[in-house]
Amino acid sequence: MEQKKYVIRQISVFSENKPGRLAAIAKALQEEGINILAFSIAEADGFGVVRALVDKPQKAYEKLSGIGFNVAFTDVIAVQMKDVPGGLYEIARILGEGTINIEYSYAYSGKEAAVLILRVDNVDAAISAIRNGGGTLLESTQFQ
Amino acid sequence: MPRDDIRRLQYRLLKTLVYRLYSFSPFYHDRMKEAGVHPDDIRTLGDIRKLPFMVKRDLRDNYPDKLFVAGQEDLVRYHVSSGTTGKPTVVGYTQNDLNNWTASLARGLVSCGLSRGDVLQVSYGYGLFTGGLGLHYGAERIGATVLPTSIGNTERQIELMQDLHTTAIACTPSYLLHIGEVAEKMGVSIRDDTSLRIGILGAEPWSDSMKARIEEWLGIKAYDIYGTSELSGPMFCECTEQNGFHVWADLAYVEILDPATGEQLGPGEKGEMVITMLQKEALPMIRFRIGDITSYDDDVCGCGRTHPRVHRISGRVDDMLIIRGINVFPSQVEYTLMTIPEVGEHFMIEVDRKGALDDMLVKVEVTREAFSDKITDLMAIRKNVEHRLRNALNVAVNVELVEPGSLPRFEGKAKRVIDRRKI
Repeated sequence: MEQKKYVIRQISVFSENKPGRLAAIAKALQEEGINILAFSIAEADGFGVVRALVDKPQKAYEKLSGIGFNVAFTDVIAVQMKDVPGGLYEIARILGEGTINIEYSYAYSGKEAAVLILRVDNVDAAISAIRNGGGTLLESTQFQ
Repeated sequence: MPRDDIRRLQYRLLKTLVYRLYSFSPFYHDRMKEAGVHPDDIRTLGDIRKLPFMVKRDLRDNYPDKLFVAGQEDLVRYHVSSGTTGKPTVVGYTQNDLNNWTASLARGLVSCGLSRGDVLQVSYGYGLFTGGLGLHYGAERIGATVLPTSIGNTERQIELMQDLHTTAIACTPSYLLHIGEVAEKMGVSIRDDTSLRIGILGAEPWSDSMKARIEEWLGIKAYDIYGTSELSGPMFCECTEQNGFHVWADLAYVEILDPATGEQLGPGEKGEMVITMLQKEALPMIRFRIGDITSYDDDVCGCGRTHPRVHRISGRVDDMLIIRGINVFPSQVEYTLMTIPEVGEHFMIEVDRKGALDDMLVKVEVTREAFSDKITDLMAIRKNVEHRLRNALNVAVNVELVEPGSLPRFEGKAKRVIDRRKI
């Protein structure tokens, strides 16, 4: 149970790959006063998935669904990285040694530190591995 | 054959056909009872208008062979084409059916100037589709040399066309344009570097301007050929006059009807074509509403033939599309999508012509339940839909996933097709 606090709810939004779709998503979030903390766009042929960490995920889900978007919650974790060469290697090594697969990932470099958002195949195992390996996980309350 | 003799022959064949169906086809027997017609009511050729129609749906509803009036032991071949929804249509042939089909094409090929000494490259598909085998046997019957290339592998087709001195080709008009384009890329001019002089082109709609373009660019004569699997396959071909295809009157009786009232229209008037096959044994077709719009002429042709001529098909009474020579009904797409839970029932079909070839795109909405954060899952859904549509339609389809609710909703008659081809 202890580990649950590290699980962060990311919103994933299906979007057609055409001008104005990201603007439509961002505008809807702005209207609800929802802040986007980190986000990425994954693109495939003709469509994409917008993934975002927001401060009010439930509200974002309702708003975007309400205006017709396909939205899903996905569990991710956030790891603090040293903002120095080798920072990413340290995290990636821990996960690799624990045979945990990274499905996708995106990062931002904030004021305090660099943060790596990870979607992994086994969230619980990843949390244990990172904590035992000396990494620093961010709690979901720091975002949401 | 003089006109009066033709009409007498047609009447005799019709009378025999109707008696035979009334006696041996439970389906048509019931249809006639419902319409209150007895074979004895057919006293003149004009009485054909008393007979009930058949439509493509009848073949699907009686899948696979319930409309056949020949036993399986009398059949020598099957062909299969796509139906309007999930079920395909099966056509069976007795030996006489094949003989008549072959004879019909043999006459047509002779009428447009083919003979012994010509090399006909048959670039229609061989197999379940009727085009390849139909032309193949028709050409062999007149002693022409057949080069059975079927469709695809265009560069090889062009090499063989040069090496074996092809003089005539049978394929869809768009495929011939594609051949012309590929040849140019290979540095081959169809006009100057091959012996090609005749194109026997059909299985898809094409216009007079497309014909003019083909003739001018490739330096050949382009003849229209017409048919559907229900009639046997490709059946009727234009003569050297290039003024409509001759419908051999001993094999078929053609009517042009006002689609709204069902009244028979006269020569030159545009309407829905209805064909009765007068001699088919295994799968008789009476007053078959194919759905094509055109007009006919029955004056004596410049070539001297007295058989009526039907002009180039100018449209459809329904929403059928022809994609690379294959009939596609939006209802087939709908039916297929309904069996795939990951996508909704709304769809749009967009058809373009990329180069010379048709390109069909189907847009579908991903359901909320099926939406996954993983791109690979979404790609798998798309692949699956493409695969299922391809199997159902017999033609390659591109699928695009779109946002839920983004496709148009229709009240009443849906318009789910955007056809941007300029034919």
